[in-house]
Amino acid sequence: MAEHLIENDEPLLVAEGLARNYGRLAACRDISFALYPGEVLAIVGESGSGKSTLLQLLSAQLGPSAGRVSYRMRDGVLRDLASLGEAERRFVFRTDWGFVHQDPAQGLRMSVSAGANVGERLMAVGWNHYGRIRQAASSWLERVEIEVSRIDDAPRTYSGGMRQRLQIARNLVTEPRLIFMDEPTGGLDVSVQARLLDLMRNLVSELGLAVVIVTHDLAVARLLSHRVMVMKGGQVIETGLTDQVLDDPREPYTQLLVSSILPP
Amino acid sequence: MNATTYNFAYLDEQTKRMIRRAILKAIAIPGYQVPFASREMPMPYGWGTGGVQVTASILGPDDVLKVIDQGSDDTTNAISIRKFFAKTAGVATTTSTEEASVIQTRHRIPEAPLHAGQVLVYQVPIPEPLRFLEPRETETRRMHALGEYGLMHVKLYEDIARFGHIATSYAYPVKVNARYVMDPSPTPKFDNPKMDNCAALQLFGAGREKRIYAIPPHTTVVSLDFEDHPFSRYRFDAPCALCGADDSYLDEIVTDDRGSRMYVCSDTDYCEGRQAAGHHGTESAAPHKERAHG
Repeated sequence: MAEHLIENDEPLLVAEGLARNYGRLAACRDISFALYPGEVLAIVGESGSGKSTLLQLLSAQLGPSAGRVSYRMRDGVLRDLASLGEAERRFVFRTDWGFVHQDPAQGLRMSVSAGANVGERLMAVGWNHYGRIRQAASSWLERVEIEVSRIDDAPRTYSGGMRQRLQIARNLVTEPRLIFMDEPTGGLDVSVQARLLDLMRNLVSELGLAVVIVTHDLAVARLLSHRVMVMKGGQVIETGLTDQVLDDPREPYTQLLVSSILPP
Repeated sequence: MNATTYNFAYLDEQTKRMIRRAILKAIAIPGYQVPFASREMPMPYGWGTGGVQVTASILGPDDVLKVIDQGSDDTTNAISIRKFFAKTAGVATTTSTEEASVIQTRHRIPEAPLHAGQVLVYQVPIPEPLRFLEPRETETRRMHALGEYGLMHVKLYEDIARFGHIATSYAYPVKVNARYVMDPSPTPKFDNPKMDNCAALQLFGAGREKRIYAIPPHTTVVSLDFEDHPFSRYRFDAPCALCGADDSYLDEIVTDDRGSRMYVCSDTDYCEGRQAAGHHGTESAAPHKERAHG
């Protein structure tokens, strides 16, 4: 237990002075924060506020114009992502991280079966036993509440909510420590959203995952996250514990954001 | 005959040099697809424009050329390519695997073992084994560079999930020299083990896709598989109806509209050799003296 706490004292992901320009447009400016193991961080803000750019910077899909992102590798060493070779970076992305896209078609192979979708990461790290891959795939389908009998169906035959759950299973199969999510509930109807959020909350606490979740839906942030960062015009304007920021917003923009939600 | 109007083996010398450079690079990096400036040839894409360019570049006046199409020496494609080089290079041609120094092939590897000094030239339609799973060329190149081949197993997984076994029966992916995953062109997987530790040089030319790759002699070539679903060759369970061979790859020939069929060797040279040596099958008639050669 004590060991566990010490481990948690060290941040998993550290952003320092992160910035990204698109020509003269500054999509992200001077963003710094640290994410700890098991922590869920929500990045909220309106469209065009730089949320998605920030997520791409953090997940090393985009190089920063200034600043840096460091990640604590499994051996405990904090390393600058820019210093990793491409092979290493892709390996981390495939094994230690997950990325859940808003559009499942971007994160899934729509024409290969659900089982192969879940098994792909395992095969990429050298699993070479069909029976075991299939077993791992079916146990993950069960965990994300997809009927195992649909293991051989392609995700294009799945409903939107099922696709999103399959995408989560595909990402979690290598037991990553950090998941990036880009509007995971976007485009789903309310009851499906609720079920997905419930599932995600359980998985996150069960597996002790660290999550960076980008959303414009404050309800999602409230339900899932421990901490919230509010972005506007490429800058972080307010950050704090979720309840604190959402119940007692300090910045006028955050107040506007919170007050724009219809009361239940 | 106006063969003198062509340069030796049709292609100009600069082009041959360019292709030879690509071939040398391909041999140096077994299984790696080397881009080359593929030329238009006097034949349509899909008829072996890549293989013809490779053959034209390596052919010398003393070479003996054999061309096979699906194992056969006497189909249109095989005959016309053989005639093409007989006319433009004036080289000797043969149908005998043993006597040939250069063998251009489409879809088969001869049954008779190849020996040192021979070159086998494959015609390749789609050189990229990852193509149907990953459409982006930039991405497949990166995957080759980093050795990320998990996707290849996804294809085999799909086969087992759908059919209960690895149903890929041709263009079966192989790993060359424990590094690059390679598409062996649409040869049946029956032929895959012949590529491993082969004494002859194997060259692959894809004309439309502008790629050349190679397996140098005595290189390890391993067919991909799963531990619990190992690679297996496939062959119709019958002897050849003409020569009785039970170890050769067979063609299925439908003989009427009531479901009758016969199985014969796809490698015509091998089959004829066995018949000449006195082997018989169920359908063999009197000695086949009427057979024509191109």
